[in-house]
Formats: sequence, C-alpha cells, structure tokens
Amino acid sequence: MIHLVGMADLKIATEENELRTFGLGSCVGLALYDERAHIAGLAHIMLPTSPSAAPPHVAKYVNTAVPRLASLLIEQGATKRRLCAKLAGGAQMFAMASGIDLIRVGPRNVEAAQEALRSLGIPLVAADVGGRYGRTVTLECLTGKLWIRSVQCGERCI
Amino acid sequence: MTQRLHMEERIADALRELGNIGAGHAAAAFSEFVGEPVTMRVPLVELVSFDAVTEALGGPEAPVAAAYVRVSGDMTGHLFVIQPLSAARRLLSSLAPAAGDELPLDAVAESVLEELGNIMAAHFLSSLTDFTQLALRPSVPSVAVDMAQAILTMGMLEENPLGDFALVIHTAINVPEEQGRAHVFLFPSPGTERVLLRSLGVEGGL
Repeated sequence: MIHLVGMADLKIATEENELRTFGLGSCVGLALYDERAHIAGLAHIMLPTSPSAAPPHVAKYVNTAVPRLASLLIEQGATKRRLCAKLAGGAQMFAMASGIDLIRVGPRNVEAAQEALRSLGIPLVAADVGGRYGRTVTLECLTGKLWIRSVQCGERCI
Repeated sequence: MTQRLHMEERIADALRELGNIGAGHAAAAFSEFVGEPVTMRVPLVELVSFDAVTEALGGPEAPVAAAYVRVSGDMTGHLFVIQPLSAARRLLSSLAPAAGDELPLDAVAESVLEELGNIMAAHFLSSLTDFTQLALRPSVPSVAVDMAQAILTMGMLEENPLGDFALVIHTAINVPEEQGRAHVFLFPSPGTERVLLRSLGVEGGL
C-alpha cells in the first residue's frame, strides 16, 4: 500500500508499504530506514530552521523534523545505530539574479539536513539533490530504496 | 482532513474585488498577446492547505509552464502566471514556431513565456495600484516548466501563523477558440493582506 506524505508532513510505515510525497521543489524529502527491522519514515520538509524550539508544525522545518522522524522510528522498533538516511529535492526552481533569500531555500534545506543527520550520527547513504527541477519520491519501506521521478529526467532509484 | 479554512465573508469579498480587477487586466493583456478573445472566471479567494493549492492545475504533479514574479512595495507577495504545459506548447507553436518544444525549453520559448508573464503581471499590479494607490512593483519574471507543486511552493515559504495553509487569490482565464488556458495566482505575504484591505477601507486581516 502507498501512503501519501503531504507538504510539511511526515509518516512512517513498515514492510511492503511505500511512502510517497509529490512535487518536491526547494523542499527536501528525507527518508530514514532500518533495513533489518523493515521500518522507514519519510518527511516532506519546507524550510531549514524553525522560528521556535517547539513549532506547531514540526515536519515543516529540517531542525525539528529530522529528530522527530528518528525518534518515531525508534519508538516503533527501529534501532538507532542501524538507521540510514537518503535525501532528495532541494532544487532551485527559479534562477533569479537578485539575492532574494527565498530563492536559495533549496540548497539551504540540503545543508541543514546534512547537519541535522550529522548531529544525530545517522549516515547519509545516498542523495539526489539540487538542480532546477521538481521531484516526486517513493520510499520502499522493506528495502530503503528511494525512487525519484521528475518531469524532465524520468525515473531513477537511489 | 480539512482543505480550506473559514474566512470572513467581508474580507473574502474585498480581496475578490481586487483579484477581479487585477485578473481582468491581466486577462485583457493575455487576450492581446494571443490575439484571441478570452473568458475569465470569478477569482477564488481561499485559505487553502498547501497540499490542495495545486488542485486547480490538476494536482501536485501536473506539468505546467510558469512565470514567477516577486511583488514588492507597499504590499509584498508572490505572483505566478501558469499554463498547463499542453496549452503553453500550443501557444508557443503559434507565436514562436522557431521555438523547440522539448524540455528543458530553449531560450526562444523561455523568452516568450517570460514576456507573457511580464505583461500579465505588470497589468495585474498596475491596475491594483490605480485602484488602491498602493505602490506595487514586479520583479523580473523567472520561468520554469515543471510539476505544479514544485513551482507553487515558492509562494508558500514565508513564515506563516497559519502553518500549512496559504491565502491564495486565483483566477482562471480561458481562450475558448484555442483550448488555451492561463492561471494567475497571487500569494500575498502573510500579514500583508491587511495592507490591501486597509486600502479598500476594510479593517482586519485573516
């Protein structure tokens, strides 16, 4: 069964289930999985840093979504030292010359995700980030495979 | 899950009037650009969940051609002129037969879409300025062809007390003869809808 993860949302699932999120532009899709326990989680994250320590929308920000996703997985049977991460998205959809901070949200999301994973000690084993195009991602909870499709570049798996 | 939040009717009415003026002028500019008569729907003014913003375009993965314009001045926000990719291709083949229609679009095709976005955004904003006396400046447009949600996300990134809902003023414009279609989306920056409302003598915000 495929479970949909919305914008500023995160979900976990197990075994034969899949988690999918649509149309990542500057947003990042962060996948965490424990390959032995067959449990995985996916977050669709919009911004690098939350304005407060406990924002109402935890999944909207990298610095709050990543720890939450990891702790949910551990509560549901994953083992922390077996958790691996994959990352997709973080594109810059519009190439504007002016230095508008919103334009660089994609790369900043990627940097923040790498940093959050480092501080949790979770290895980032694969990533498909940056560029100027949107991505829909599907995570196989059984295997940790992350399928990525785009309008311009077709489908690939990391 | 709820997709839309309730909005006070007097506030929705006032913003709809602005949307109508702006989109009316943008539609006239579109008509002139394509050389065909167009029809326009009544603008929708809604507080929509992020996930539902792309419904009008056929869903989050619908391929679209978009011009994005940042609005600055007395009110700030994000304005998009969006066509379904199929409609954009028809438009390009009639207006710029030399342009290729493979993705990514070539420079000729991009410049046509940029020009269209530029003209429509300028008409939209200048008609609002005429009506409200607010200073509203469009940035240079930036073009992208991609999934609808990946593009419209740009309008939803500002910090927002509504969390994962956005105020959207959306108008659909049709070219009946050519199966053409364009959408104008305006996302006022959170809080700046108050400036628009005050210019109409309506106090309050969302």
